[in-house]
Amino acid sequence: MTAVLETPPTVTTTVDARGSFCPGPLMELIRAIRESQVGDVIAVLSSDKGSKLDIPKWIEKAGHRLVSLTTLDGYDEIVVQKAR
Amino acid sequence: MTDRKDALMEEPLNLVLFSGTDDKLQAAAVLTAGAAALGKPVNVFLQYWALDAFRRDRIGRDHGLAPEAGTEGRVHVDDLRRAGQVSWAEVLRQAKDLGVVDIQACSLSMDLLAIDQADLDPLVDGVEGVTSFYLNAGAGHMVFI
Repeated sequence: MTAVLETPPTVTTTVDARGSFCPGPLMELIRAIRESQVGDVIAVLSSDKGSKLDIPKWIEKAGHRLVSLTTLDGYDEIVVQKAR
Repeated sequence: MTDRKDALMEEPLNLVLFSGTDDKLQAAAVLTAGAAALGKPVNVFLQYWALDAFRRDRIGRDHGLAPEAGTEGRVHVDDLRRAGQVSWAEVLRQAKDLGVVDIQACSLSMDLLAIDQADLDPLVDGVEGVTSFYLNAGAGHMVFI
């Protein structure tokens, strides 16, 4: 049986919160999620070190789906799908 | 266990703000925003110098730092501000936008400073006595800053 590779969902909205300090990126993400439809995919860019720890925890608590967390050059990209 | 955790999240976070320096108010604003992000209600009770910092004509001013900051601490705080950290007042505005945050002025402190609600920034929702604050606090944690 061949494994089916899931293609990553297309990002609907990108929130560039680089330069914003804790808890700014999370607050910007929450605002974007509120303005989105279920199924939308939001990418948050954050240069704040606490956010890559806090945002996945918030996503779990809020019942959304963490698609990916990638550390790029000096910032993190956290991709989340609105699930409810 | 999960039920107990969820029950704790429903209890409000209760912050008593006494100090009016920018560093302590910033720490309080971050605690408020974090709780609001999780859907935890926050009650803020403003006393003494914290209340003074919420005066309409003073909220945007430099309120100094706690004595332990020293000159080195001042440099670090200024660096973060220059790098774009938003003010504690703005963090509180965002927290109010995000969740349930009720900011009340202590009536005794209002008398002490000889001010009324019109003298306060619109961030402040009202004036109440300490008993009302305790009644609203429920079984939630109480933090004094």
